[in-house]
Amino acid sequence: MNAKQKDFLATITINVIVAAVVGILFFLLAYILISGLPHVSWSFLTGTTDSFSGAGGIGVQLFNSFYLLVLTMLISIPISLGAGIYLAEYAKDNWRTHLIRSAIEVLSSLPSVVVGLFGFLLFVVKFKIGFSVISGAIALTFFNLPLLTRNIEESLSAVPRNQREAGLSLGMSKWKTEIGIILPVALPGIVTGVVLSAGRVFGEAAALIYTAGQSAPVTNFADWNPMDAASPLNPLRPAETLAVHIWKVNTEGLANNAAQLSAAASAVLIIAVLLFNLGARVLGNYLYRRVTASK
Amino acid sequence: MLKEYSFEKTAIQTFADNVPLALRTEDMQVFYGSNHAMHDASLSFPKNQITALIGASGSGKSTYLRSLNRMNDGIATVTGKIWYHDVDINEPDVNIYEIRRHIGMVFQRPNPFSKSIRENIIYALRAEGIKDKQVLAERVERSLRGAALWDEVKDNLDKSALALSGGQQQRLCIARSIAMEPDVLLLDEPCSALDPISTVKVEETLAELRKKYTIIIVTHNMQQAARISSQCAFFHLGHVMEYTPTATMFSNPQIPVTQDYISGSFG
Repeated sequence: MNAKQKDFLATITINVIVAAVVGILFFLLAYILISGLPHVSWSFLTGTTDSFSGAGGIGVQLFNSFYLLVLTMLISIPISLGAGIYLAEYAKDNWRTHLIRSAIEVLSSLPSVVVGLFGFLLFVVKFKIGFSVISGAIALTFFNLPLLTRNIEESLSAVPRNQREAGLSLGMSKWKTEIGIILPVALPGIVTGVVLSAGRVFGEAAALIYTAGQSAPVTNFADWNPMDAASPLNPLRPAETLAVHIWKVNTEGLANNAAQLSAAASAVLIIAVLLFNLGARVLGNYLYRRVTASK
Repeated sequence: MLKEYSFEKTAIQTFADNVPLALRTEDMQVFYGSNHAMHDASLSFPKNQITALIGASGSGKSTYLRSLNRMNDGIATVTGKIWYHDVDINEPDVNIYEIRRHIGMVFQRPNPFSKSIRENIIYALRAEGIKDKQVLAERVERSLRGAALWDEVKDNLDKSALALSGGQQQRLCIARSIAMEPDVLLLDEPCSALDPISTVKVEETLAELRKKYTIIIVTHNMQQAARISSQCAFFHLGHVMEYTPTATMFSNPQIPVTQDYISGSFG
């Protein structure tokens, strides 16, 4: 075989592999959407679930998923921002930094069901918070922190060194340079990472089964006082999310149309995650243009 | 093979007491870890003149320059004294941020911020507490005029600085430095990434700036050193070998190593 033939063979092989990957993805997406979308209706999206059979709409679960996502991000973004800035700019290259990096790597490879059980034992049982939005949000934070920290660190490190020198040479402090010069340039990458991790958090189930719980008590959407027990904003109420609902309907759903219900809920979940991915791209590109080019 | 030159034989000029000096180093040594990168550099820089630092790559001229406004803090260990207005600014308790406002720096590659032209200049000023819009606008115009960039950008001050050409970006970086109203301007090969036309513009700018500032410039380009500087320091393997008026250095170098470097028969 000569070089040209080898090259041809390699090109064919690579193309086939890529086609297989893309094909599987499209098959999965199409299957979920085609089997689920016909059962999605407005009353399904906004209705409440019968707590015994699991039949009915997913309104509360959908809200719970978003609420949990917002809470998780509120907790994890500030922490990972601090950790990312520290690792990218302040950490010296020594054993302590290596230890922190390995700790983050280990944390990111923890199975989510282990994170869930840990959250269950610590927050739900030990701290007696019970199955609640806040327990779920903290468990998801553990799950989310390593990835976000890594993403922020990498976005910051990608900013050229000479930008830091420019700031310092003008007599700006390191902190001022970091916040005013480096962070804005890194922002598009950070935002993209945050939105992508939001998609992961949104679809997470295993870590939530034991922390946020598997029940979606009917909430009063007219009551926005987070202190009230029936308020959707109450962080101490149990909150079954969409992903947990799908799992539950599939394993112990008693409704006659359980298969259709889970297919429809899966389609909604997939669409939401696709929207996050799309949003990440659009927002990232927009911010990049905003920051680099002029307004 | 590089020829061996004696480091014993040097020709370093000093200045009479009545020549006002902007900056003076005394026995400056620089270490990168165990690597002794700069030996006993004792140089004086007269006010309102351009001094060029020349030498081959790795000769220590950039290292020396970056030590002058403490940009080597956290990177290298610098010992010896750096006298600025009778203060040794190499002392650990000196306010380095304050020092850098008095001793500005322009780097090899243009490094404007990813902000508008106006923001590039006023960002550091605002960080220093200057909020008055009129004062800021005036500083923008004055520094852009000083860097000979005003006429090219005055209608586009809100455009991104990254949309400028390389030469314009470098002049913007000079404008950004002089907006801080420093005493001394350090330039680290400011033209090495620029085309000849942009280089001429930057050189003209420097000749103009000399009236207000003391300029120390590192350059690889000997013609450039000959064109713009009043005196020249030649660095070789971490030693300052010769420091003489530019005319002397290029017509009548005092020691063999400088002769070989100037004539191009080096190494």
